[in-house]
Amino acid sequence: MAFNFPDAMGLTEVLSLAVAAVLVNNYILVQFLGCCSFFGVSKKTDTAIGMGMAVIFVMALASAVSWAVWYFILDPLGLDYMQTIAFILVIATLVQFVEMFMKKAMPALYSALGIFLPLITTNCAVLGAAISNIDNGYSFIGSMVYGVCAGVGYTLAIVLFASIRERLDATAKCPKCFEGFPIALVSAALLAMSFMGFSGLSIW
Amino acid sequence: MKFSEQLKAGVILDNPIFMQTIGLCPALATTTSLSNGIGMGVAATIVLICSNVVISALRKFIPDKIRIAAFITIIATFVTMIDLALQAFVPSLAASLGLFLPLIVVNCIILGRAEAYASKNKVLPSALDGVCMGLGFTFALVLMGFLRELLGAGTVFSGLSTLLPFLSFIPAEGFAIPGLSANPAVMMILPAGGFLMMGFIFAAIQKIMAGKEDK
Repeated sequence: MAFNFPDAMGLTEVLSLAVAAVLVNNYILVQFLGCCSFFGVSKKTDTAIGMGMAVIFVMALASAVSWAVWYFILDPLGLDYMQTIAFILVIATLVQFVEMFMKKAMPALYSALGIFLPLITTNCAVLGAAISNIDNGYSFIGSMVYGVCAGVGYTLAIVLFASIRERLDATAKCPKCFEGFPIALVSAALLAMSFMGFSGLSIW
Repeated sequence: MKFSEQLKAGVILDNPIFMQTIGLCPALATTTSLSNGIGMGVAATIVLICSNVVISALRKFIPDKIRIAAFITIIATFVTMIDLALQAFVPSLAASLGLFLPLIVVNCIILGRAEAYASKNKVLPSALDGVCMGLGFTFALVLMGFLRELLGAGTVFSGLSTLLPFLSFIPAEGFAIPGLSANPAVMMILPAGGFLMMGFIFAAIQKIMAGKEDK
């Protein structure tokens, strides 16, 4: 059994990875990961923030655990093809565990995030981050940073979108056939267009 | 329920994308061309049929409390099989679907049909349900892919001949549409265009539905 860890990443490398994950490759608006929950829980800003926080939390944990599972178990044993099965089970178990732990230890946070946690298991953003970490060969620190920053990008997009949607429902007059979901999609398109402005952005 | 009714429900009345608005991620991300849409649709349909059959066959053995975990394990197995098969036989499609191939496992449609239909019905109806819902999903992806490719690249059917070898008379880069291919609206194949196209399709559907209610 031979362990084969990726190279350590420098600070600038990690920082540019962080900027890219939040803005340039925003999970929702550029990569379309996590769209179901993006449209599902963006009717109110409060719930959007709650969902965003839950996603950041689970994504950071999932990145760390799936990284360990890959480099300590699957890769040394040559079980590469078990990646999807192993990761989705890791995430499902993790979400369940986090839910039980928070219910007991942090009841206030649990009542704020509680209803969103089960939804996260089938949120493709979490599994997407876990697989991307391995595909791109990020180090452990890099994976953690990527997980957190992709979650921050998700939160940014969903909170922006929720606040647009609140105004849309309250004040906007639009053609009857566009009312509701279609106009939400069109405004998501405009938001995505503004995020296109970040493409090619590299600070370091 | 008769097969024709199931088919009508899956493709039109309960279309997973257009009517139930689930499984939007792959519908937005992989529809940059018609051939990608077909590839994603067919891959998800195969997984859906297989997982529906197995879940339906095992429905009396799976304890109620851990059913979601059991469903996900079964689905993940079939996703892995499809993933490996596509990488081996159609590497170009596997490359263009990329991350979204393993992500079929978290496609809400598949888990949704397992929970709503396959875990309560016999094997044969569940298989047919998989076929119908999968066709509905593929239909939605094909429509999105066709329109986005037409407007965003100015071509139709590009890459289709590598996906389906018997269509080899179609050039690899597709048929160029005069006038559009010189100045395509590139935004339509970028992420923003995906949201925009889907918004307009949903608006058209609401318009049609409203027209039907008036009558």
